[in-house]
Amino acid sequence: MADRAADSSANRPQDFVQIAMEIVEPITKPPRSLVAEQFDDLEQQRDAAQLGMWVFLATEVLFFGGLFLGYTVFRSAYARDFAAASHHTEVLIGGINTAVLLFSSTLMALAVRAAELQKQKRLVWFLLGTAFFGLIFMVLKGVEYHKDWTNHLVPVLNFEWHDANPGHVQIFFWLYFAMTGLHAIHVTVGIFVMLVLAMLARFGKFTTGHHTPVEIAGLYWHFVDIVWIFLFPLLYLAGHR
Amino acid sequence: METTTHPAKTYWKTFAALLLLLALTWSIGYVDLGLFNVIVALAIAITKALLVALFFMHIKGSSRLLRLAATVGVIWLLIMLSLTLGDYLTRGWVPLNH
Repeated sequence: MADRAADSSANRPQDFVQIAMEIVEPITKPPRSLVAEQFDDLEQQRDAAQLGMWVFLATEVLFFGGLFLGYTVFRSAYARDFAAASHHTEVLIGGINTAVLLFSSTLMALAVRAAELQKQKRLVWFLLGTAFFGLIFMVLKGVEYHKDWTNHLVPVLNFEWHDANPGHVQIFFWLYFAMTGLHAIHVTVGIFVMLVLAMLARFGKFTTGHHTPVEIAGLYWHFVDIVWIFLFPLLYLAGHR
Repeated sequence: METTTHPAKTYWKTFAALLLLLALTWSIGYVDLGLFNVIVALAIAITKALLVALFFMHIKGSSRLLRLAATVGVIWLLIMLSLTLGDYLTRGWVPLNH
């Protein structure tokens, strides 16, 4: 009976406020200890987080790798059709987007440095800058997809090709949309990660000697950059233009 | 204070080098080198990826364990590519139209 009375007392409004505070507190205030209990010290914790991220990135290499493999097999088979199809991609937008992503990556690297030097204001701005240029990339990508749609290059939905081997060309555009689409999903996730990190950085979460989340988010963002570094020449510059 | 990151200058230099390589691969895309187009494009892309990994991702100066983890992903990818292509390119499963 006494137990039940204790249970019902947990439903009082002030208890909900208490619970809400407990959820918000770790975000707004630095944690009591920077080292999680399963680690000996901060350095071991940092090493573990970095290794975890690199192992995750290795799985990502293979995730994208399947598509790169498909691309390689079909391009080696239909080299001429792939070159013809590639001429219909928006090379100007693709090229500008490469520069945008490279710049965003540079800002990310500077953000990690700002976190390490414990410069809170700079860290917030660099993270916001990283997210902003990621967003610019996505906007340009949207413009590009719209152009592809009006040029009737979207497989199944509105594909039209009046030159040789439309089937082979359609395979190119399947791969084009799958590869750039999967990449765009990664960019979108990255933008949200950067915004959350910027918010946490604003509360001084990463400028107290513990900035591992910024570091490993940076590794992810640079990886997404590397994927695009390969996508640009393979999709937009296949065969000379 | 010991830092694991590079001076800001290093990042800007890396960025400049990456932009130069982008300009290079973009302009070579308009020159007909036959089969060499794709070889040059991939060589430049690999160079750019290495620059990003070495400086932005701090592989330069990181522990051996991290370098190993970074390399295995690529090695597994190469195994997947070479075994599959070894099959496709030698058995005539896919009709070639170069």
